[in-house]
Amino acid sequence: MAGITGKDAVLTEYAHRLETLDAPKGRSLTQDAVRRLVRNKAAVLSVFVVGFIIIFAFAGPYFLPWTYDKIDWSGIRKPPNFEAGHYAGTDQNGRDMLARIMQGTQMSLIVAGVATLVSVIIGVIYGAVAGYFGGRVDAVMMRFVDIMYALPYILFVIILVVIFGRNPVLLFVGIGFLEWLTMARIVRGQTMSIKQREFVEAAKAGGAKPWTIIFRHIVPNLTGPVVIYATLTVPEIILTESFLSYLGLGVQEPQTSLGTLISFGAPVAETLPWMLIGPAVVLVSLLLCLTYIGDGLRDALDPKDR
Amino acid sequence: MFGYVTRRVLSAIPVALIAVTACFFILRLAPGGPFDGERALPPTTLANLRAHYNLDLPLIQQYFIYVSRLLQGDFGPSMVYNDFTVAQMLWIGLPFTLTLGLSAFVIGTLVGLVAGALSAVNQNKWPDYLLVMIVVIGLVVPNFLMAAILQLVFGVYLNWVPAGGWQSGSIPHLVLPITVLVLPHAGRTARLMRGSMIEVLSTNYVRTAKSKGLGQRLILARHAIKPALLPVVSYLGPGLSYLLTGSLVVEQIFALPGIGRYFISAALNRDYGLVLGTTILYMFVILAVNLLVDILYAWLDPKVRYS
Repeated sequence: MAGITGKDAVLTEYAHRLETLDAPKGRSLTQDAVRRLVRNKAAVLSVFVVGFIIIFAFAGPYFLPWTYDKIDWSGIRKPPNFEAGHYAGTDQNGRDMLARIMQGTQMSLIVAGVATLVSVIIGVIYGAVAGYFGGRVDAVMMRFVDIMYALPYILFVIILVVIFGRNPVLLFVGIGFLEWLTMARIVRGQTMSIKQREFVEAAKAGGAKPWTIIFRHIVPNLTGPVVIYATLTVPEIILTESFLSYLGLGVQEPQTSLGTLISFGAPVAETLPWMLIGPAVVLVSLLLCLTYIGDGLRDALDPKDR
Repeated sequence: MFGYVTRRVLSAIPVALIAVTACFFILRLAPGGPFDGERALPPTTLANLRAHYNLDLPLIQQYFIYVSRLLQGDFGPSMVYNDFTVAQMLWIGLPFTLTLGLSAFVIGTLVGLVAGALSAVNQNKWPDYLLVMIVVIGLVVPNFLMAAILQLVFGVYLNWVPAGGWQSGSIPHLVLPITVLVLPHAGRTARLMRGSMIEVLSTNYVRTAKSKGLGQRLILARHAIKPALLPVVSYLGPGLSYLLTGSLVVEQIFALPGIGRYFISAALNRDYGLVLGTTILYMFVILAVNLLVDILYAWLDPKVRYS
């Protein structure tokens, strides 16, 4: 079918398209968004850095001679030493800092993933229900969100974490409960405009129940804003987790997280600087890149700022 | 206006009550109690202690006792620091926390507004890029890390300011803690201000003002600043909440005698009175600021009716 030269192929394809009435298409919204995102150099670089950090955290430990909980009795509080295999030094207990940083990053990433999921699920359902039903339901539900916004919520989380023990699962869920408010507000606003659209009317006319309309017709149309704000939630959650860990309310020894590492590194940073520098660099670059990705996504998907 | 304010004040009361109730029951339903020490107490001593603090009564009754005392301004006794009542401890700590928190709040808001506005006016020129970068750093470096870095650099290596302590609120001792609190708050404010300012500067009425020949300063002062402030003002409430949370850590790192200092240990020791008291005090400060913000908002935005 295709000719010998390139020109033939192009022409044949064009002819074929004309035959099947498949005229050259405009770009879809998603394509537009991807193009804008790719043009944003900071965001693209950030995607690579975050990818690298994820690989570093999850695959890195397999390439190290030491594990995060193994004690090297001959190397306690030692600066980086390549011969002994301690590429980032050791802590006061003789454990390899690089292995601990990798384990800590893993923990922070897992907490961020799970807690973001929890907050997205709660926020989307809450916001969609409030926005769809409107009226008094909406007023009561949103008043509740306003109340939660105004409270020193982290105090509640601290109380919860202290009370139910330092169970990592509870930590995930607790932080997820902390961060759904903004998501609920955004989803509510979007839902209120989506529910005026014709396809929702059609579904109503077809006799669909409210819950079916919410989950089949409204929630799928929320993908854009939800993705943006989920991306922006991830760094917030990593910050909250490291904050709790810093206060000693996070994961338990010998496991660790970036916040815990920093809390141990900070008091001794004058004499053992490698204990602070490593985790601090990973945490800050992770947060920085996630923020840039979130901003990039928002600029790419939000039609208001074009 | 007076009716509006009254209504807002009245609507804050159920909020406060719900929060107090939630806090009380969460804390009480948790396992453990204030007298679980390393060494078990003799049963009679324990019973006497529990009776002394009314812990032997049914929970509901305890709740009503607590609330009725609270309404009279009595926060009850601390169960771990026996020599103090909670009200005394909070009263000692409050001036420190307020000095720290409110000065950081005011400085941070002002710095953020100016930085955001400057950055919006110079959009996509070098001052904008520089400011945005500083703002992002202020946003992503967690306060405990920033505190450690500042302590090391300015307190230890350069030795310009003391690395911790209070010394009856002398200015040098306040520089580092306030800076740590100001940076993220100013960052968030600046981001909001930049965004809303850019939006306002692209509106039709600003273009009209430009086309009739007004200078940039006049345009900003008369037309742009006030509407651009709206999103920032609505952020001030949550912003203060963040800031007070931050002060919890800052008070610990810099060894400042504020009310946040004992919170963690009090929660760990199940010092019911102190935990509840601290939470309630934070909450009232935040509710009061939210109220002020709402009133300010109504003044700034003519679309908000006093009804």
